[in-house]
Amino acid sequence: MHDSPDLGDRRDAVCVVGAGASGLTAVKNLRELGFKVDCYERETAVGGAWNWRHDRSPVYAGAHLISSRPLTEFPDFPMPDTWPDYPHHSQVLSYLERYAAHFGLGEHIWFGTEVVSAVPTGDGGWEVTTQSTGGGSSRTSRYAAVIVANGHNWDPRKPELPGEFRGRVMHAAAYKDPAVLRGRKVLVVGGGNTGCDLAVEAAQQATQVWHSTRRGYWYAPKYVLGRPADQVNDRLLKWRLPLRLRQWLYRRTVRMTTGDLTRFGMPAPDHQPYESHPIVNSQLSYYLGHGRITPVPDVTAFDGPAVELADGRRIEPDLVITATGYRPRFEFLAPELLDLDEHGRPDLHLHAFARRNPTLVVIGLLQPDSGVFPLAHWQSVAAARWLRLRQSDPARAAAVQQKESARPLATWSRRRVVKTERHWFEVDHIDYLRSLESLLNQMEPSS
Amino acid sequence: MTAFDLLRFEDWTDPVPAAEREVAALLPEDDENRPPVLFVPGLGHGAWAFAEHWLPHAAGRGYPAHTLSPRPGGDLRAQVHDVVQTAAALPRQAVLIGHGVGALVVAHALSRYPARAAVLVAPVLDGWAALGSALRANPAGALPALFGGRLRLSARQLFGSALPAERASEYLSRIAPEPRAELIRRFARPRPVGAPPVLVVGSPDDRVVARKALDRAAAAYGGAPLLFPGMGHDLMLEESWAEPIDAIVDWLTKQL
Ligand SMILES: Cc1cc2nc3c(=O)[nH]c(=O)nc-3n(C[C@H](O)[C@H](O)[C@H](O)COP(=O)(O)OP(=O)(O)OC[C@H]3O[C@@H](n4cnc5c(N)ncnc54)[C@H](O)[C@@H]3O)c2cc1C
Ligand SMILES: NC(=O)c1ccc[n+]([C@@H]2O[C@H](COP(=O)([O-])OP(=O)(O)OC[C@H]3O[C@@H](n4cnc5c(N)ncnc54)[C@H](OP(=O)(O)O)[C@@H]3O)[C@@H](O)[C@H]2O)c1
Repeated sequence: MHDSPDLGDRRDAVCVVGAGASGLTAVKNLRELGFKVDCYERETAVGGAWNWRHDRSPVYAGAHLISSRPLTEFPDFPMPDTWPDYPHHSQVLSYLERYAAHFGLGEHIWFGTEVVSAVPTGDGGWEVTTQSTGGGSSRTSRYAAVIVANGHNWDPRKPELPGEFRGRVMHAAAYKDPAVLRGRKVLVVGGGNTGCDLAVEAAQQATQVWHSTRRGYWYAPKYVLGRPADQVNDRLLKWRLPLRLRQWLYRRTVRMTTGDLTRFGMPAPDHQPYESHPIVNSQLSYYLGHGRITPVPDVTAFDGPAVELADGRRIEPDLVITATGYRPRFEFLAPELLDLDEHGRPDLHLHAFARRNPTLVVIGLLQPDSGVFPLAHWQSVAAARWLRLRQSDPARAAAVQQKESARPLATWSRRRVVKTERHWFEVDHIDYLRSLESLLNQMEPSS
Repeated sequence: MTAFDLLRFEDWTDPVPAAEREVAALLPEDDENRPPVLFVPGLGHGAWAFAEHWLPHAAGRGYPAHTLSPRPGGDLRAQVHDVVQTAAALPRQAVLIGHGVGALVVAHALSRYPARAAVLVAPVLDGWAALGSALRANPAGALPALFGGRLRLSARQLFGSALPAERASEYLSRIAPEPRAELIRRFARPRPVGAPPVLVVGSPDDRVVARKALDRAAAAYGGAPLLFPGMGHDLMLEESWAEPIDAIVDWLTKQL
């Protein structure tokens, strides 16, 4: 369709890694500000996680959004208002495909091309090496900046359990279709949104279902008073109710809707609402109440046909699905570029801007209490304006950087969360957007 | 101009409900990858006002042309929503062309959708000024509207003298303005996203939008208005309707 880019020197262009939702909005917003962009995508199509045809896609046949449509769509390209409150994953993919076509993004994307290394050149630029995924040739080009939009929901985080298991163990990432559950005895491990969805799917298909969680959670329903729960929650945020009061309201709402799940043997939450990533599932309590799901504690070991539980019980499933989440992975970057700690956790300003390399930005490395797309959009707008300001007014850019680096963490990052890896990137979408807004305003031309 | 608009509580907590949208479209013979144009009619006008001449003319000059009737009883927010929904449903980034109050709708839609370009035709951006002009040009028709009564527009207000009286009265019978209080409010002009080129088109002899208002509107977008002397407010229905649309298409072609 297009000629190969001028190899070697793309010094005034920006390299974007990945063409999922975050990469697409980065390309669009960089182009809108006049940047030349080369986007590399190792798969053969756009959509990232939402493209179920991709081997690494974490979506399964029954997956619907948990964030409702108005809180999920890009702020300048709405989803059709005739779509349901919670669209199916195939609709989300078609939305991303239309976004790419509408803004003509395809001609800037190199499909089947993986970024294998990105190295700063010392003068603010980058040397990016790519390789075609067929195992083909590799090549290195120079760029002015690198925008990483590689997603953080594709590399399975697998629990290490002692012992041998005779049945089948699979991570949720490999689960696509309820057919594997049919007629089986299934243990689902993990109480995130994936674990809860899978426990519900198993309840509809399997002969027996155990759901193992290592703590209790606040299970929010998808609807409160007939409105999508996140829309009701935003009303509270709009009124700027203090956290304590919101927590109290949340507890009351969960009690009145989902109800008290300890009655069915679920552990009580060991934390307050808003201190763990929201679980939105209206059906889990239903199947608990129908005896189709048996809650069990943490798994401690495998032993032949059996699985040992923390309370000493032994159960004998045929299939264990670990829905234990995903790890971020940045193999093409040296760890110090993202200030990774020994666990692989990056330390970035606003979870986006590299602290030591002003031309390195990560988009979409967030887990908000809303959809990801709007946040990725505004991150991209800020990144594009930041790169522009560095060129047009280096002194102002330096001043902005100085001021930003003094911004207290607590203004944009969720302060009190259960200290597990799944909350590394947890943000409150309102606080986070307010911080981005202030950054954007600082970068405005001063006239 | 208001700056960035990140926190959209109204849209998040109380989204505009879906409604049936009346859209007319004409596609050119061969698709040469030109951006689609979307015409947005003003107060009391519907898709028909563009379907008459401008829609086929734009399509004839190679632009996929669409026009949308405002939803009955829709407030400004609902009308902006409908324009953005319609534009986003098109296969490519669209050009928004609004007439009269439709230009006000477009000015707001520009802050919610990065249009490829925009044209404001005889734009009613300042409801107070338009009301003043209406009172001067047609006091008997405009005065009752101030007190919640019916707004009656006259041929003299909307059309130049060249339009045959018969045609003028036929058009007039199809125009059913239901002015809404919020249109008379003075809005902070929202900032367009994506910095599209914006053209203001009008006539110095328009009895709804004064020459000064055209200058102000154009200056706000950093330009001067393109003027068609002798024409009335409804440029797309006048005898010489071809001149402004040709100029608009020429301008568009130059921008792209
Ligand atoms: C089951 C499930 C349900 C979810 N539900 C919601 C929801 O309801 N609402 C919501 O907002 N979010 C939801 N999410 C979060 C979801 O991850 C985001 O919506 C969104 O997909 C993030 O997009 P992204 O572009 O950041 O990452 P991805 O979609 O993962 O895209 C990253 C892209 O980068 C490519 N890539 C990676 N590394 C390289 C490389 N080295 N070189 C070239 N290309 C590379 C990948 O192939 C991929 O296409 C859900 C996630 C899961 C797992
Ligand atoms: N739209 C949808 O329907 C939908 C569906 C699925 C997922 N998602 C999104 O996708 C992202 C990933 O969700 P996810 O559910 O796959 O992962 P997740 O949120 O990281 O949840 C992982 C779960 O596994 C548990 N866990 C992790 N390691 C464990 C271990 N070693 N032993 C026992 N338990 C362990 C965690 O417990 P702790 O709480 O103790 O850490 C948590 O309950 C989230 O942002 C989620 O909202 C959305």
